[in-house]
Amino acid sequence: MALVFIPSQMQPLTKGQARVEVEGTNVKQIIENLDSLHPGFVDRVLDEGNIKPSISIAVDGDIITMGLIEKVSPNSEVHFLPAISGGN
Amino acid sequence: MTTTDYDPNVVLSTENDFKVVGTRPVRHDGVDKVTGRAIYGADYDASGLLHGKILRSPHAHAKIISIDTSKAEALDGVHAVVTAADFPEAADKIMELGEDETKLRDLRGNILARDKVLYVGHAIAGIAATNAHVAEEALSLIEVEFEVLPSVMTTDEAMADGAPILHEDQTTEELGDDSGVVSNVAKHFQHIKGDIAEGFKQADVIVEREYNTVTVHQGYIAPHNGTAFWSADGRLHIWCETQGSFVVRDSLADLLDMPVSMIRVTPTEIGGGFGGKIPIYVEPVAALLSKKTGTPVKIVMTRKETFEGSGPTPGSKIKIKVGATKEGKITAAHAWMAMEAGAYAGSPVGAAAQCVFAAYDLENGLIDGFDVVVNKPKTAAYRAPGSPNAAFGFEQALNELAEKLGMDPIDLRLKNVATEGTRRVDGPVFQRIGAKEVLESMREHAHYLSEKQEGSGRGVAIGFWFNIGFDSACNIALNKDGTVNLTEGSTDVGGSRTSIAMQAAEVLGISAEDVRPSVVDTDTIGFTAVTGGSRTTFATGWAAYEAAQDVKKQCITRAASIWDVDPDHLQMEDGIISSKTDSELKMTIKELAAQLSDTGGGITGRASVKPRGVGGSFCGNIVDLSIDQETGKITIDRFTAIQDAGKALHPSYVEGQMQGGSVQGIGWELNEEYFMSDEGKMNNTSLLDYRMPTALDLPMIDTVIVEVANPGHPFGVRGIGEANIVPPTPAIANAVYDSCGSRITQLPMSPGSILEALKS
Repeated sequence: MALVFIPSQMQPLTKGQARVEVEGTNVKQIIENLDSLHPGFVDRVLDEGNIKPSISIAVDGDIITMGLIEKVSPNSEVHFLPAISGGN
Repeated sequence: MTTTDYDPNVVLSTENDFKVVGTRPVRHDGVDKVTGRAIYGADYDASGLLHGKILRSPHAHAKIISIDTSKAEALDGVHAVVTAADFPEAADKIMELGEDETKLRDLRGNILARDKVLYVGHAIAGIAATNAHVAEEALSLIEVEFEVLPSVMTTDEAMADGAPILHEDQTTEELGDDSGVVSNVAKHFQHIKGDIAEGFKQADVIVEREYNTVTVHQGYIAPHNGTAFWSADGRLHIWCETQGSFVVRDSLADLLDMPVSMIRVTPTEIGGGFGGKIPIYVEPVAALLSKKTGTPVKIVMTRKETFEGSGPTPGSKIKIKVGATKEGKITAAHAWMAMEAGAYAGSPVGAAAQCVFAAYDLENGLIDGFDVVVNKPKTAAYRAPGSPNAAFGFEQALNELAEKLGMDPIDLRLKNVATEGTRRVDGPVFQRIGAKEVLESMREHAHYLSEKQEGSGRGVAIGFWFNIGFDSACNIALNKDGTVNLTEGSTDVGGSRTSIAMQAAEVLGISAEDVRPSVVDTDTIGFTAVTGGSRTTFATGWAAYEAAQDVKKQCITRAASIWDVDPDHLQMEDGIISSKTDSELKMTIKELAAQLSDTGGGITGRASVKPRGVGGSFCGNIVDLSIDQETGKITIDRFTAIQDAGKALHPSYVEGQMQGGSVQGIGWELNEEYFMSDEGKMNNTSLLDYRMPTALDLPMIDTVIVEVANPGHPFGVRGIGEANIVPPTPAIANAVYDSCGSRITQLPMSPGSILEALKS
């Protein structure tokens, strides 16, 4: 199962758990299954079926490039990060 | 490297098995630029061209009660006036600007204020006239009635209880959760690793300080400009200086409620950007004016408008607390960072959070970030946005920690350095990185090993930028003489035409000079994201690599047809197609190219990519300086920049980027700032008064390129455009402390502030 890292600001949803193992082969499944385990994640991360612009998701250290269909492997790490602004 | 011989530019290379990559060909656009033939945005001319000017707010914060443009419209020579009311109504949405995002409502409000002005210089109305003088005269005839409101100019003021609120509908967002509290704090986020309280308990030594930086501008030489022609068939054509022609196209499509297919953006040559030319400012106004007049309209900002009406990088407040054992192992670190977003949400504090502790392997860390709106221009990206602010704090705190521990400051850093496999405080795990190699090169460099001059101070620091990937496209067409035409959509800010062309040349086995690269308009190439985030040589280079592979494959297939053999039996190396089994079958790409027309037609390779595997870059500085005890003036005596480039595709370009970033960092440290009046007006809106360093102010910036190949790129490339601006501010601050014994925590370290410190 993929290991999802829960940021401190989302940990109220997991009752303080910082890491949760979640089934899923893509980001959409990971979020939905995480929501099944700990309700509230879909509303927190998605807006009308899309990842909220204020949130970035990283799989295995890389910010995802394929949105919700980004593949996730059983050994993957998934992180929720604040979306960044700015650049050269 | 261990040497006492002076060598200003060193490449510590780990991979040299290339023919083109790693060489220093003359840049393809060089002749046009040094002879003045290159066409920049302000150079654009057209039959019937009208000149636009923009009315700007004299107030930092005010309600717009009314706007009366009738007298301006009646002036002879005025063809049109536009205000925010001329924008089509559209539902609010989030707009992706490449590596930035903003709300459509905010972008529209920044381009032409609707109900409120939020900073001095905020655009209110645009005028098109037969010439710029008439347009300027007409500006004075527009009557705007304001209700002036109290303003906030710093994060302290904006975050204070009872502060004047810029946006009554803005509530603080907490990583996807709306707090529901109306506030000037648009966003708060937090990264936690380990147990911060326990970490500080384990510390033998703790350093805790607050650092402040002020608003500075990128200082690109060419002000913002744009020309628009709204044709009778409804198509809109824009010519402008931008870091992202597709950002301009897509932003205009949303602002003007048009399909992207009706908008064509032609990027001209660009007179600098450094992140500041990602957002759009004048292009939509020129478009609205052209729609009204039916003729092309050009708007060119003045320098004053560029300072007041475009996006600088934020002032910030950084609080650092770091603890270590007496052996020098960092046990915990906390960074609290509040950054000014300007008038609308979107400061680079999120990026700062990814950088502040990146060079170090910390067991326990906490990062708090606050995105705060203030009555200043909406900030824009500036070279590693947010990272210099963060490093100014943490890298000073580390030197202070080293002093308390009695350790060499580089040894302290090496004892805690991040390497492959290190989990960052913000979560992700590093792939192969070069922080350790950069620090080791610093420690062994002749500069660091040399004796300081009497009375001088020496400082060191290291900085990080993570770099980005994003979308890029490239087409390569084989000419009948064996050269290739390469078209791509990445605006060439720092020589990327050539760095991209070199990657295609390496694949095809031809010289860089045999590749003719062109940056083309949005109708001519696939979607390409901004030239920003140090992505272009990496990502558009990836596209060129893939497109060249496509050409190579087609060349092999064509040769197989000519020779009537199985293409699997052929290979192409160093520009020669040959049989793996028959030594008689051999021809150069030039020989093949001459036969294309008679053997089935031309060959064009193409690729659109969105690569992962971006490799971040670390840069370190060693600085020697002296202080005039009477005037407080700092003289930089010696400056060495050492950066991990992955593989330096074109070492001269890498060295140029390292030197350019260093110089901008020096200016940020020593002189540059927006001098704001009590009314929120910038008082130094010319390059005479906004003091950027010149060649006369600086020593040679010595460079060392460290090559720790990025496994995520076929040639090992890392973007190198940004990390180099990060370490100068803390390195110089550390050198100032070493020189005078005062720890100065406020930028800039102008002569006045140095004198104050010397007195204390």
